[in-house]
Amino acid sequence: MITWRGFLKRFLSDPVAIGSAAVLLVLILMAVFAPLIAPQNPYDLLQLDIMNSDLPPAWRNGGDDQFWLGTDTQGRGVFSTILYGTGISLLIGIGAVLVQGILGITLGLWAGYKGGWVDSFLMRLADIQMSLSTLMIAIIALALFQAAFDANIYADYAIFMLILIIGMAEWPKFARTVRSSVLGEKNKEYVDAARVIGLPARKVMWGHILPNAMTPVLVISTIQVAEAIMTEAALSFLGLGMPTDKPSLGSLIRSGFEFIFSGSWWITLYPAIVLVTLVLALNLLGDWLRDVLNPKLRRGDD
Amino acid sequence: MALLDVKNLHVAFPRGKKGDVEALRGVDLTLEKGQRLGVVGESGAGKSMLAFAILNLIADPGRVTQGSVTFDGQNLLELSERQIRRIRGNRISMIFQDPMVTLNPVLTIGKQMIETLKAHRSISTREARRLSVEKLNLVAIPSAASRMDSYPHELSGGLRQRVVIAIALLTDPELIIADEPTTALDVTIQAEIMSLILRLCRENEVALILITHDLGVVAEVTERLMIMYAGKCVETGRTRDIIDAPKHPYAVGLLKALPQNSTKGAKLYQIPGSMPPITNLPVGCPYHPRCERATDKCRAAIPPLAHGVACFHPMHENGPYGDMEAAQ
Amino acid sequence: MTDPTNDPIIETRGVEMRFSLPTHFLSREKPVLHALSGVDVKIQEGETFCVVGESGCGKTTLGRAIMGLLTPSAGEIYFRGKRIDTMAEDTRKPIRADMQMVFQNPYASLNPRRNVFQTLSEPIRHLMPEKSAIDVRAQVEAVLDATGCDQSWQRKLPHEFSGGQRQRIAIARALVTNPAFVVADEPISALDVSIQAQILNLLSDLQDERGLTYMFITHDLSVVEHFGDRVAVMYLGQVMELAATDKIFDAPKHPYTQLLLDAIPKLSGGSFDAPRTPGELPDPVNPPPGCPFAPRCPIAQDICRAERPQLREIRTSGTMAACHLAE
Repeated sequence: MITWRGFLKRFLSDPVAIGSAAVLLVLILMAVFAPLIAPQNPYDLLQLDIMNSDLPPAWRNGGDDQFWLGTDTQGRGVFSTILYGTGISLLIGIGAVLVQGILGITLGLWAGYKGGWVDSFLMRLADIQMSLSTLMIAIIALALFQAAFDANIYADYAIFMLILIIGMAEWPKFARTVRSSVLGEKNKEYVDAARVIGLPARKVMWGHILPNAMTPVLVISTIQVAEAIMTEAALSFLGLGMPTDKPSLGSLIRSGFEFIFSGSWWITLYPAIVLVTLVLALNLLGDWLRDVLNPKLRRGDD
Repeated sequence: MALLDVKNLHVAFPRGKKGDVEALRGVDLTLEKGQRLGVVGESGAGKSMLAFAILNLIADPGRVTQGSVTFDGQNLLELSERQIRRIRGNRISMIFQDPMVTLNPVLTIGKQMIETLKAHRSISTREARRLSVEKLNLVAIPSAASRMDSYPHELSGGLRQRVVIAIALLTDPELIIADEPTTALDVTIQAEIMSLILRLCRENEVALILITHDLGVVAEVTERLMIMYAGKCVETGRTRDIIDAPKHPYAVGLLKALPQNSTKGAKLYQIPGSMPPITNLPVGCPYHPRCERATDKCRAAIPPLAHGVACFHPMHENGPYGDMEAAQ
Repeated sequence: MTDPTNDPIIETRGVEMRFSLPTHFLSREKPVLHALSGVDVKIQEGETFCVVGESGCGKTTLGRAIMGLLTPSAGEIYFRGKRIDTMAEDTRKPIRADMQMVFQNPYASLNPRRNVFQTLSEPIRHLMPEKSAIDVRAQVEAVLDATGCDQSWQRKLPHEFSGGQRQRIAIARALVTNPAFVVADEPISALDVSIQAQILNLLSDLQDERGLTYMFITHDLSVVEHFGDRVAVMYLGQVMELAATDKIFDAPKHPYTQLLLDAIPKLSGGSFDAPRTPGELPDPVNPPPGCPFAPRCPIAQDICRAERPQLREIRTSGTMAACHLAE
C-alpha cells in the first residue's frame, strides 16, 4: 500500500510528473485569476473597440503592445480570451467528471456489492450506453436543445448542458472501474468483519469498501477530465458547444478557423496550442498516476 | 564424488547507497547420489533463495556474489545459459508450492509433458507420449491416457501436484529440488504425495532437496537435515540426530514449540521475539537476541559451523528439552 | 470439565447450506453446491470446541452461518436458547456483541485504510452506541493491553505491522465488546511457525481470564490435540465424528478420523513408508447417496453406499460417530 511519503518521493523524482503538474498548475492559476490578470475583459462589450480588430501578435509588424497575442475579428485580445476560455474548458471538464464520477461510482458500487440481477441489469445498461458514441449523443442532444430554445437561453444554459450531457454519457467507465475493484474487495475478510458486527449494507459499501476501491478511480479521473475537455472542444468546434460570447478553447479555435490561411492565423493557433498543452499535461499526469498506483509495479521500498 | 557440492554460497541484493543486503551468507551443502536432504527454516531465512541460487535462477537485481555450486563436477554458476538449460529441468528438476507456476493453464497436460521431453531429448512425439503416460501412471493419476488431454484447471489441487511430480520425473533426473510442495494441500493429500515422492526417490535413487517449514514432514522423508536462520545454516546433520537431540538453541526452540512436544493444556513453548529481517541483522550471531544462552562472545562474533552446529554454546548431548545450562 | 446437561451456548439443528452455482441462462441444469448437509452440534459454555476437516468439508461455512454471514438453507441456529438465524437485526444487535469472530488471513481481515483505534472502536460504536467517547477509548485501551498490543499502535495503519501483530489486533477487535463466544477460523494457519505458538498461548490465556467459549476451526490436528476439549470431524458438509479430544486421538471410531490421524507426519518417522492409494475427492455438487466417505473408505459395505449414516452414540466409548460399522 502506498503511503503519502512514498507517493511524494516518487513524484519528486520524476521530471515528467513534475513538468506536467507544473504546466497544469500554471494553466489552472491562469484560469482562476483571469479576471485579475487579463489585460482586458473580452466579454465586456464596453471595453471592445472594433478598431482593434485583426491585430497581429505584439512582436510582429502592425502589432500593438496592449494585445500581446493579437486580436480577433471583434477586437478582443487573444491572450485575454484564452485566459477566460481555459477557465471555461476546465470548468466543463471537471464538472462533467464530477457528474460521471458520482453517478458511475454509486452505480458501480451497488452493482459490485449486490451482485445478482442488480449487477446484470446495471452492467447491461452500461454496455448499451458505451456502445453509443458520446459525441453522437451529445450532438443530437445539443442540436435539439439549440433548436428548441432561442439563442439567449441557450447561451445561459450551455455550460450546464455540456456538463450534464458529457457527464451522463460517460458514467459507465467509472461504474465498471469501481465495480471490478469492489468485486475484488468484497471477498476480503475485513468486509466480513464489518458484516459480523451487523453493519448495514450501505455502511459496509460506502464506509469500508469504497475507500479501498478508489485508487483506480483516481487514475481514470485525470484522463477523463482530459477527454471531457476534448469532447467539449470538439462540440464547440462544430458549433454545438459554448457560444461565441462565452467561448471555451474549442469555440475560440472555431471562430478563428476560417482565417488560418488567409491572414489572422493567430486567432486559432494560440488557443489550439493551449488546448493541446492542457490535454497533454492531464494525460501525462494520468499515466504517471496509473504507474505509481499500480500495485504490481510497486517497488520494494513502498 | 558428491552429486552436489555447494561451497560458501553468498547471494546479495543491492540497495543503492545503503550497500548490499545479503540474503544468503555463506552456505555449504553436500549431497550424495540418492540422498534426501531437508532444508528447514522460517520465511525469510533463505531456503527458497538457496534453491534458486543452486540452479542459478536468482533474478535481477539479486546475484550470487561468492561461492560455487558443483554438480557432477561442473560449477553451475559458471555455465552459459545454454549449458545450464541442459541441466535444469533435465538432470535437476524443480517442484514448486503452486502447481500453476509449473503448469501452463492454456495447454493440455499432455502437450506440456511432450514438449518438456522433446526439449531435452530427440524422440518422436509418439514415444514422448508413451513415456508421459507411463509417468502419469507412476504417480497414480487415474485414467492417465485420457488425462493427457485435460487442462490443469480441470484437475484438483492434489492431482495437479502429482502431474507436476510426473513432469519432474519425465527426464529421469538425478536431483529433485522441492520447495514447499505440499504446504497448500490437505493433510491426507500431503501424506499421499510425500509418500509418493519418498518411494520414487528410493526406488530410482533420485536425490532430493526438500524445502519446508514442517519438521514432521522432514522427519518422515529426509535422511539429512539443514536448519537455516537469517541466511545461514545453523545446524546440519542426520535428520534423526537433530530431531532427537538438537544442538543449536534455535533448533531446540523449534522442536520445543511443536504441539506434539508439549503436554496437553500446558502453555506452548514460544521462542521470544522474531527472526530479524536480513536488512537489519544484529552484530555477531544472528540468533543471540532471542537466545537464553547468549554471552558477550555471541554478541561480538558470528559462530562458524563446527561439527554441524553454528553456535559457541551448543546444547549438551543429554536432554534436549531439559534445563538449558550454559555450556561453558 | 463442562456439564453436558447445561444449556449449550450455541446449538445448531439440521443446518444445511446450499449454493446455486452460476450457469449459463439457457442451460437446463441448475447445479447446486451442498456445503452443509445437516449439521447438529451443541457447544457448551466455556469449552474449546474444535471443528476439523479438509478443504470442502464445510467447517468455514458452518462458522460463517453461526456468525450470521450466511443464512442457512435449512435448519436452525440457537444462541443461549434463542433462535438467531431468523432474528431481526434490531433484536440481534445485542447478541452480536456477545458473539465475535477471528479470521484466517491477518493480511486481509483489517481494513487497510483504517487505523487501529478506528478498527477497534467500530464494534463498540455500532453495537453499544450508548457508550460515551471516554468509555470507548477506555475499552479500546483495555483490550489492547489484554492482547499484548502496545498503546502506541492506535494511530497506526495495518500495513505497518507483521502478520502476528495483525492477528493480535484482530483478536483485540473480536474481544472489544466482551463477547462470550468467539469463532476462530484457522487463526494461526497463515502465520509463521514460531508465531503460531505465541498466538495460541494468547488465545488460551484470554480464555482463562474471560471464560470465553471458542469454536476453533482448523485443519491442524496437533493443535486440536493440545488445545481442544471436544472435536467435531467434518467431511463433505457432515459431521463424521464428535468426541472429547483425548478419546478421539486414543480410539477414533470413524474410518475418516483414522485416515486423518494416519496422515499426520510423525517426528518419529516411518509412517510415510507404506504406499497410500490416492483418495478420490468427493464432489460437493453431486454428493454420493449414502455415506459421503464411502468412495474412499477402506471398510465400506453396501449399506454404506446406500444409506446415509446418522450421528449416533457409540456405546463403548460414549462418543458419537456417523458410521454404520462403528462400535
